[in-house]
Amino acid sequence: MTYQPQKDFGTPASGSSDLVTCTIDGRHVTVPAGTSVMRAAAEQGTAIPKLCATDNMKSFGSCRLCLVEIDGRKGTPASCTTPVEPGMVVHTQTPHLQKLRKGVMELYISDHPLDCLTCAANGDCELQDQAGAVGLRDVRYEVQSTHLGQEKDHSNPYFDFDPSKCIACSRCIRACDEVQGTLALTMEGRGWDSKISAGLASDDFLGSECVSCGACVQACPTATLVEKKVVEIGTPERSVVTTCAYCGVGCTFRAEMRGEQLIRMVPYKDGKANRGHSCVKGRFAWGYAQHQERILKPMIRKSINDPWREVEWDEAFAYTASELRRISESYGRHALGGITSSRCTNEETFLVQKLVRAGFGNNNVDTCARVCHSPTGYGLKTTFGTSAGTQDFDSVEECDVILIIGANPTDGHPVFASRMKRRLRGQDGRPPAKLIVIDPRRTDIVRSPHIEAEHHLPLRPGTNVAVLTAMAHVIVSEGLTNEAFIKERCDWDEYCHWAEFVKQPRNSPESLQPATLVEAEELRAAARLYATGGNGAIYYGLGVTEHSQGSSTVMAIANLAMATGNIGRRGVGVNPLRGQNNVQGACDMGSFPHELSGYRHISDGDARRLFENDWGVSLDPEPGLRIPNMLDAAVDGVFKALYVQGEDILHSDPNTKHVSAGLAAMECVIVHDLFLNETANYAHIFLPGSTFLEKNGTFTNAERRIQPVRKVMTPLNGLEDWEVTQRLAQAMGLDWNYTHPSEIMDEIARLTPTFAGVSFARLDEEGSLQWPVNDAAPDGSPIMHVDGFVRGRGKFVVTDYVPTDEKTGPRFPLLLTTGRILSHYNVGAQTRRTENVAWHPEDLLEIHPVDAEDRGIKSGDWVKLASRAGETTLRATVTDRVAPGVVYTTFHHAVTQANVVTTDYSDWATNCPEYKVTAVQISPSNGPTDWQEEYEALSERARRIATEVPAE
Amino acid sequence: MKIRISDDALAIACGADTVAQAFMRAGAEVERVSSWGMHWLEPLVDVEGVGYAIVTADQVETILAGEAESIGPIAEHPFLTRQSRLTFARAGKTRSTSLDDYYSSDGWRGLATARTMGAEATIETVLASGLRGRGGAGFPAGIKWKTVASAQADTKYIVCNADEGDSATFADRMVMEGDPFMLIEGMAIAALAVGAQKGYVYIRSEYPHAIAKMETAIAASAHLVAPFVVEVRVGAGAYVCGEETSLLNSLEGKRGEVRAKPPLPALEGLFGKPTVVNNVLTLAAIPWILTHGGEAYAAYGMGRSKGTMPVQLAGNIKYGGLFEVGFGITLGELVNDIGGGTDSGRAVRCVQVGGPLGAYIPPSRFDLPFDYEAFAAADALIGHAGITVFDDTVDMAQMARFAMEFCAVESCGKCTPCRLGSTRGVETLDQIIAGKNVEANLALLADLSETMKFGSLCALGGFTPYPVMSAITHFPEDFR
Repeated sequence: MTYQPQKDFGTPASGSSDLVTCTIDGRHVTVPAGTSVMRAAAEQGTAIPKLCATDNMKSFGSCRLCLVEIDGRKGTPASCTTPVEPGMVVHTQTPHLQKLRKGVMELYISDHPLDCLTCAANGDCELQDQAGAVGLRDVRYEVQSTHLGQEKDHSNPYFDFDPSKCIACSRCIRACDEVQGTLALTMEGRGWDSKISAGLASDDFLGSECVSCGACVQACPTATLVEKKVVEIGTPERSVVTTCAYCGVGCTFRAEMRGEQLIRMVPYKDGKANRGHSCVKGRFAWGYAQHQERILKPMIRKSINDPWREVEWDEAFAYTASELRRISESYGRHALGGITSSRCTNEETFLVQKLVRAGFGNNNVDTCARVCHSPTGYGLKTTFGTSAGTQDFDSVEECDVILIIGANPTDGHPVFASRMKRRLRGQDGRPPAKLIVIDPRRTDIVRSPHIEAEHHLPLRPGTNVAVLTAMAHVIVSEGLTNEAFIKERCDWDEYCHWAEFVKQPRNSPESLQPATLVEAEELRAAARLYATGGNGAIYYGLGVTEHSQGSSTVMAIANLAMATGNIGRRGVGVNPLRGQNNVQGACDMGSFPHELSGYRHISDGDARRLFENDWGVSLDPEPGLRIPNMLDAAVDGVFKALYVQGEDILHSDPNTKHVSAGLAAMECVIVHDLFLNETANYAHIFLPGSTFLEKNGTFTNAERRIQPVRKVMTPLNGLEDWEVTQRLAQAMGLDWNYTHPSEIMDEIARLTPTFAGVSFARLDEEGSLQWPVNDAAPDGSPIMHVDGFVRGRGKFVVTDYVPTDEKTGPRFPLLLTTGRILSHYNVGAQTRRTENVAWHPEDLLEIHPVDAEDRGIKSGDWVKLASRAGETTLRATVTDRVAPGVVYTTFHHAVTQANVVTTDYSDWATNCPEYKVTAVQISPSNGPTDWQEEYEALSERARRIATEVPAE
Repeated sequence: MKIRISDDALAIACGADTVAQAFMRAGAEVERVSSWGMHWLEPLVDVEGVGYAIVTADQVETILAGEAESIGPIAEHPFLTRQSRLTFARAGKTRSTSLDDYYSSDGWRGLATARTMGAEATIETVLASGLRGRGGAGFPAGIKWKTVASAQADTKYIVCNADEGDSATFADRMVMEGDPFMLIEGMAIAALAVGAQKGYVYIRSEYPHAIAKMETAIAASAHLVAPFVVEVRVGAGAYVCGEETSLLNSLEGKRGEVRAKPPLPALEGLFGKPTVVNNVLTLAAIPWILTHGGEAYAAYGMGRSKGTMPVQLAGNIKYGGLFEVGFGITLGELVNDIGGGTDSGRAVRCVQVGGPLGAYIPPSRFDLPFDYEAFAAADALIGHAGITVFDDTVDMAQMARFAMEFCAVESCGKCTPCRLGSTRGVETLDQIIAGKNVEANLALLADLSETMKFGSLCALGGFTPYPVMSAITHFPEDFR
């Protein structure tokens, strides 16, 4: 198959249900009312020449190539801006039109460098194609002035801007405005002087507001904005549709290839999560896949003080199996455990938990969802009956009020944020949705171009439950609840009990203001808006879950949604923005110690027997250890071996010193990863992993959407990750014989009622499926709880605000909260090995000017960040984005190790760590802390790889 | 003895302020009024109805002594008696921002009528008048209003296009400086008819006197048009912002860039809301129509061009000024009989009607009646009815080049034919003027003109070929 770009219909599809029939070039075509003549023609297979039109943005009408003639109308209207009308008779090709198009193209080409053969877009250039389509043979002008020879802008690490090739179609500007919503680009000057500019004339692309989402590059019809990889390598020759391995949005991309070389990732227009959009990570930051630091051979060592020794796969598996057997025999089977990865596929995750349950013979399996969204699972299962969000992403288009709490979507979930921002700017002539943001920081979405939150409630970190209960107090006491909904769908007695609780004067916004620091009147207004503003949807992130009351907060959110009837239809719902690409899937696949796939408790005999019969083993009915318990048990000397797939717990988990102590106490730590990550400093066996580009499988995103991951290149390490786990299982004597991940999915479907209708064949056919997919929902479930709650009746849970034990005091007077930044992902293992470091080379500490002034700190100063758990140093940036008393940082860089500072406090129900609240002190510093220096030395020692002595 | 002297910008430019001060110093009572529109006579001093032309300060004593030579009663001047002044009925007679003067000269009667008869009947009256948009396109105003009236929206707007940028035009300025309440009344009637709450007057920044007068008048009459609110917005020097969609973009604070139609501004105009965009002269004609009835207005004019047109005579012309007359008068009458031919005394070589994008018309076509359809049939346009006269020293190749250059300078840059074509047009005309490959380049220019005429997004690029091709057609000798 040769390379073909995705078909472009020129203008967006019309959403109208009325149909219109017209005649184009003698053929009848029936399309929805409001469809442009251009799109109607494209749908019947007629390609009207065009340059400024593309189907993911509104028509613009500037290039004037798409002119048509319409019977009974004067002149030659542009087909992109003319909607079809019943009975309209259109001619797309007449001698007059042909002459006009040639005339327009002659003008374009009179101002374009004729270097097609050496141009990066040669063969992938719409200008080139259209010059051919209109039959231009000659440029007759004696040209005096041109726009050629202008300086290129190479500043962005991923794409170049060559103004000499620009045809001023404004597609890049419109993409930035309409698709991405950053509005970074503009047209400078007018007429002949029109020039694309990334802001001010002094701005280059890197220094501008541009977030490098790539929408402009994708939109550019020429080589004006072009990927550096295309410049370097050439155009792709084939493409494979696959799913991004970064955040939980789950964007679909076309991996465009030349041989086994990836040229570029282009967002796939039919991707239902991203609808043709992307962010800097998914679009560009895939260079880590070929990074020189990738480990491609298995390695083993006796002690972490030894250098690594490279071995062949056979030896690695045999050695690993023998170590695991040894430990099991000498310390008992409960001394073993495994951690599944939210970055690996459903199939790989399923195999790791199967290995633990069926091979290790215990339930000591956990996953990184433990440290992010475990409270979501607990809270939503308790209240609604399902451990997942209730909506699909498309639902945001029907929202009237959007409440964001503890989430920073423009950084953490940028592609969904763009879709949300589109709704917040208003589209299709509908008034924009209103926005409420509950966050200690003034995140970007609080105020950005054409968007301003009605209410921003900058609460004190750790008081989510108090704020939400106070909102419930307002809604209940002011009679704003939806009683009909509650009576029909929820448990009325539980509701009454809850309503009595929230009505208590101690739960009023005024009473709680001293704790939350949120102005009572503002909170009341926000509550009224959510309850009465039409379709209200709540979107939340780790700012909700990573607290000692994380599960309570999730349930408080669910209470609000039920009390106002905002569940069970489009435009409403409770929407966790899940962090990692497959954190939903990892949870679904039975990665928790107490649950089999599909959230069935391990103590449930029927469920267990299903697995026992299928796997031919008997399963332990007792839940196993959670990650923190494994580490505690290791420190206690009873937990000795851990298989960690695709996760860096030393870096990502709280209280780094405790994690390292646990790891150091183990005898066999197996790290299965792309790189020698921080955890690998304490590992005895390293099994090289494969990237998402090198394997087949599925990821499940935040909207429960199961999407195919396709192998676009051979694994550099030789094996896909599921094969590594299978080979290890085989070495341990398990009779596994999967030949393809589709067979693993068949097993999952067989054993998991919510996945009963899922298969690779169906996914290939339909693109994606949203679970549950079974007899009750054969086509999947975009919206949950439509006819009633999965658990039967919705359950109101009393959520009493209990302040965290982590308290500020004279020694640690400030509250630290942690989060993410756009250009990096999680612990940065991937993004730090890409050009994304151009935007964020280090973690920075945000501190309010007042607190900075008190301590004599300026932006750029090195500061020591100390808590009861530990201390580290990093540089400060002084900003009023954080409130006085609050400081903020990210944890993307291993040299900072922000988690040295975070504590052991965790959610009461799920042990999800309280990353978001740590009492700290900040002081000026002139160098790294002792911990940083010691750790640096340890890392250097632990990462040594022995060089082979050649045999004589 | 009351002395009346215009405070119109043109009169001021001719020295009216100095003359007025001289009269005041001499102890005379001076009243600053609007201009009669006889520009060659300014500063024109009106002493109890008797006119003194081109007055200088040193003539004050003799005029006050009754010893100066007059032009007789101004109102009986043949330039005025040949006109049908409906829109300019008050010109020269009233103080522009005096509510008393406006009241006592039939002011606010149209609005009162509209309020009595209601929105529907008001639109019917405008439809019956046959009034067409005076900005150039000639679209029936009543139909536009009807479209906006029937659109469903919480907010609607009236936008008055006062970005008068065509060469030889000044009628909008004279309305705003001389009779601003009439324009406000017209806007208020339009608002009542279509259900609009807010009106904007978009005035070019080059009109500081008009801006000041409008702002004064809006403040003085706010209580009379309430709840309708009028606001002045000042342009930033772009000719293309006289095009209605780029005007709307400019009003919204965006680049003055043309929007594709559809959607029509009547349905999705300012801030996406249904909007009436009318020229100053269109809205200024409304009070008269409401006061006297649609049929009375339609009795003027010819064919489908109903009512009167304030024609503006300028350029190399002997008697330049504002001449309001029913449609149907011929070009020859306007230029020769009324305008008196060229100011230089040389033969008229051609006129350009409708601003810099209008066609050049030679005397052989001076039989053309002033009528939208007749002009269109002759590949010409009326536009805003400005007539620029040229004598026989004009080089038409340079004029054709100027048309392309004007388009290049003023293009918003959105559409390709205008953005690139105008510069290529200049370059090609340079080749022709230099005598290089003349026939081939003329053919290329004809092709380019066709591309621009049919391919451009708005009238700027679309009409630039008119002056170019008319110059080549009527004056081929200047190109070879």
